Amino acid sequence: MAMLEIRDIHTYYGNIHALKGISVEVERGEIVTIIGANGAGKSTLLKTASGILRPRSGSIRLEGRELTRLAPHEVVREGIVQVPEGRRIFGRLTVLENLDMGAFTCSDRRRNAANLERVFTLFPRLKERSRQVAGTLSGGEQQMLAMGRALMANPKILLMDEPSMGLAPVLVDGIFETIRRLNEAGTTILLVEQNARMALQVARRGYVLQSGSILFSDAAAPLAENEMVRKAYLGEH
Amino acid sequence: MRPETSERLPGLSLGLVAGACLVLLTLIGIVEAFSQREIVSGVLSMGEGLLLFTGLFIAYLAADRGLRSAGAGRALAAGIVCGVAAAALLGGLVLLSRAVNLRQVLINASPAVFQMLLFQQEELLPGLALLGATGLLAGAAAAGLRLLPPVPRKAVTAGLVLVAGLGMLQDTVYPVLSSWGPLGDIADWVFEGLGLSRGGALLLFLAAAAASAAWAVKGQALRGGIEKLSPAGRRGLRFAGLALLAFVLAILPQALGLFLSEVLTIVGLYVLLGLGLNIVVGFAGLLDLGYVAFFAIGSYTVAILTSPELGFFSLGFWQALPFAVLFGVIAGVLLGIPVLKMRGDYLAIATLGFGEIIRILVLSDSLRPWLGGAQGIGKIPKAEIGAFEFAGPQEIYYLILAGCFLVGFISWRLRDSRIGRAWMAVREDEDVAQAMGINLVAAKLLAFATGAGFSALSGAIFASKIGSVYPHSFNVMISINILCVIIVGGIGSMPGVIVGAFALVGLPELLREFAEYRLLVYGAALVAMMLLRPEGLWPEATRRRELHEGEIEPQAEPPAAAAAGRP
Ligand SMILES: Nc1ncnc2c1ncn2[C@@H]1O[C@H](COP(=O)(O)OP(=O)(O)OP(=O)(O)O)[C@@H](O)[C@H]1O
Ligand SMILES: [Mg+2]
Repeated sequence: MAMLEIRDIHTYYGNIHALKGISVEVERGEIVTIIGANGAGKSTLLKTASGILRPRSGSIRLEGRELTRLAPHEVVREGIVQVPEGRRIFGRLTVLENLDMGAFTCSDRRRNAANLERVFTLFPRLKERSRQVAGTLSGGEQQMLAMGRALMANPKILLMDEPSMGLAPVLVDGIFETIRRLNEAGTTILLVEQNARMALQVARRGYVLQSGSILFSDAAAPLAENEMVRKAYLGEH
Repeated sequence: MRPETSERLPGLSLGLVAGACLVLLTLIGIVEAFSQREIVSGVLSMGEGLLLFTGLFIAYLAADRGLRSAGAGRALAAGIVCGVAAAALLGGLVLLSRAVNLRQVLINASPAVFQMLLFQQEELLPGLALLGATGLLAGAAAAGLRLLPPVPRKAVTAGLVLVAGLGMLQDTVYPVLSSWGPLGDIADWVFEGLGLSRGGALLLFLAAAAASAAWAVKGQALRGGIEKLSPAGRRGLRFAGLALLAFVLAILPQALGLFLSEVLTIVGLYVLLGLGLNIVVGFAGLLDLGYVAFFAIGSYTVAILTSPELGFFSLGFWQALPFAVLFGVIAGVLLGIPVLKMRGDYLAIATLGFGEIIRILVLSDSLRPWLGGAQGIGKIPKAEIGAFEFAGPQEIYYLILAGCFLVGFISWRLRDSRIGRAWMAVREDEDVAQAMGINLVAAKLLAFATGAGFSALSGAIFASKIGSVYPHSFNVMISINILCVIIVGGIGSMPGVIVGAFALVGLPELLREFAEYRLLVYGAALVAMMLLRPEGLWPEATRRRELHEGEIEPQAEPPAAAAAGRP
């Protein structure tokens, strides 16, 4: 049984049918990526999975536990943690305070200290800047902070919404390198990306999403070779 | 301040601003209203002082700009140009008043005030010359002040502030001081007529300047010394400090007399209300403009439960108090539920409406048998403990003080707790707060409920203090005033609430002439705050950081904090 099972989800914004029966599975230890054009419904899918949007039908299970009707803060406790689109760090708080906020659901001090240590080993830059106001960090550092903050919440699975958005190409490489390292250290990741090329390089499997439906899914390597994917998402002709 | 863009005459633009301010002050009558008070008897009336200090302040800003863009010479030039420009505008006003009858439109443009601007000279020319010379000297003095090194600059400022403050509050300070035995003799010498005596002013100026300079020079060493003390010694010192504070607070109403105690109770009620609203607006970032509704609910609950006039119940104050707070909390939740999804402006409008609904309900004729209608409800009993009755302001003071301590303590504990952290996250970014596992519904409702409970508590005390409740005591201006108190004090900061309440509620109570200009002063204070000190008088740490990030000059302790001797 897959770790995260999203089955036949239908999500609406008012009358707009944004997700039309989507099923996605993520196995423990995997990176799975969802690629798709603007407005395909990628963010909607992540928001539904983390309880922010409620699906009209379908189910979401984590390790067999039914999460579909839970409120977002309960979903976080269950182990699904989002790194929101556009970073969204707390700009007026310091780096340390941001990380502290990430640990909101966990009151075990020793565990939080260990998590902090882990985040600082992963992102030494954050340790150097731990007292700096987060709003003054560079874009890349902010993305590191957003990831670090999510890690503080003891995620079983991390949902990342376009971590490379708005970053210079040099930094994008760094971000994907970090994602790979995170995964090697044992975190399961569901990654939404427009940068399909990079996403398919780190992921094991991928789903192609188009106007609210899954077009097809496959292992990452064959997807990257797929004629249609190459045309539509990798910009090749 | 932004560095000056190339301006041919440095300080001219600020000088015109200063002149416009002074002309406005003159024309709206505030100068004349204040000319009854004197700062230094026979030398400077408060009306003149208002013009002088406003001018000095703006000229100081002009000099500051000049200094930042091109050094000392430019600063001096900017100060002088600013002063002369301001005086020129005032002079122009005087000339205009001779040419046309301004009073037909501006009823406050009286001959007396123009005579004052001419330094009581019979002839126009010498008067105008004196006015111009004063502008020039004041501008030069302001620039000189800016050019002083920090320590003497602060000393002079402290001296001026003390002299101006004590001078204008002569009518409240002098009677109190003169009743204090040996201090009375000194007070008799320091004060004279309706202001300070010349000698007294000089003495006070020197004393404040010396104290400020001594603190600047020795303060660091003193703090270092305290830090070097053993833990036991430090605890002892802290205990002594607290004991002294408790003693002062305990004897305050007796020492200050009836009138000032009344003022203190009003300030205290605003502190209570402010601490409550601070939880909603400052901690959780929910802009609530209907806050007065809970104040009304607290007041009316006590009135209905205790007043024999309605005759439903006749509980005592203490029995009614828990109900008042409870109903406040319930109302807070009831208001909170429908507005859970609203943010910012929408939330402000919705809560504003809620405040009005409550006021209109208690005003309504059909609910009159239960809520008293426009006549309100009277005969509300005073609170009592044993034989001690909280009858007059000197007694109610203790009730309010206890309330402030209770509410302050609870706020402080809440702020540093888990829920305080949740509020901070909600304030910074709701969506992300949710993604961090924070229960938005619970966090928001708790903020509304706590704030409302505090507001209802102050309402209950208010009802018992006044002895009756009327719908018109609960209009939207109360909500606005409380919000102003928090903003001026520093949003989210608890000491800021106290500072803000004294500045915005206490001072106008003492300077009764302000009453007519209260809104003007609030508006001016808010604008000045936004321009000069957007983080508030005693800001909360997060906000101070945000607003001063990237500032090159190391930010010393805020003046309010320094004056209050914060460690
Ligand atoms: N709050 C909303 N109300 C109504 N429609 C919405 C809302 N949010 C998204 N949509 C619509 O739902 C569809 C899917 O949007 P979504 O944000 O999931 O796209 P996306 O794949 O994340 O796109 P992008 O790559 O641009 O982030 C779009 O057509 C969008 O217009
Ligand atoms: Mg998106």
